[in-house]
Amino acid sequence: MWIYEKKLQIPVRVSAPNPRLAKYVITQYGGPEGELSASLRYLNMRYSMPTNRAKGVLTDIGTEELAHMEIVATLVYKLIEGASIEAIRAADLGAHYADHDRSLYWVNAAGVPWVAAYVSATGDPIADLHENMAAEQKARAVYENLLHLSDDPLVNDTLRWLREREVVHFQRFGETLMHVQEYLDRKKIF
Amino acid sequence: MENKNQAQRLIQIQQLQFTAVELNLFLDTHPNDQHVLALYNQVHQQLIESVRAYEQVYGPLLNYGYSPALQNYWAWAENPWPWELKY
Ligand SMILES: [Fe+2]
Repeated sequence: MWIYEKKLQIPVRVSAPNPRLAKYVITQYGGPEGELSASLRYLNMRYSMPTNRAKGVLTDIGTEELAHMEIVATLVYKLIEGASIEAIRAADLGAHYADHDRSLYWVNAAGVPWVAAYVSATGDPIADLHENMAAEQKARAVYENLLHLSDDPLVNDTLRWLREREVVHFQRFGETLMHVQEYLDRKKIF
Repeated sequence: MENKNQAQRLIQIQQLQFTAVELNLFLDTHPNDQHVLALYNQVHQQLIESVRAYEQVYGPLLNYGYSPALQNYWAWAENPWPWELKY
């Protein structure tokens, strides 16, 4: 069960319509290291975790990633909301416009649609928790890349905040990995 | 913009809730930290209070029965959605 809260996790501002930046930022909506991938990866992994603590961490971080998906969606929405057709065409977003107008869609920066293959689940908790730690680092790296590409200081504030969250999630997953490792070691002894 | 005040009020809730999210994730992996448990309860109290105050003016923040309907119309769907707010 999830309850919707009618607010964003943080305020989201953009300086002006900027379809070129929208085309880049959308990868954190529907790209391999994006927030949809993150949320579904963690929420799906909960079922095969051996300890309650691991299930709790995956539930809470998976839920926070949904909130981040909404933040990225709002960024993209605001960056293309008032953009003219000329600006959309000039930003190479014409192909997106042909299929979607100014609506959102789960694609990476090159327009490739989201696929479930972005997400992994082996059923091995050690492998899966390592997967999550790598995913957090990859998401952090993509936010760094976006910060290099972005020319909007207000968008940068949000990108920087999202990048920091990946660092915190990485930390919590690392602690969870140690905890699960200890649990599995203890199980072997008895 | 007419919803500047609303956005301003929301920031207080966003700050409190962010603290709660951080403490929550920390407690997930440090479940016996008494100091953080007490902090979490403190933030919970403040968060509930500012959510209730916000809802008097701007309508329900949560759906499915977690917020009261205090206005004489269904403000949940009528008032601006999160991506429409101007900060
Ligand atoms: Fe994350």
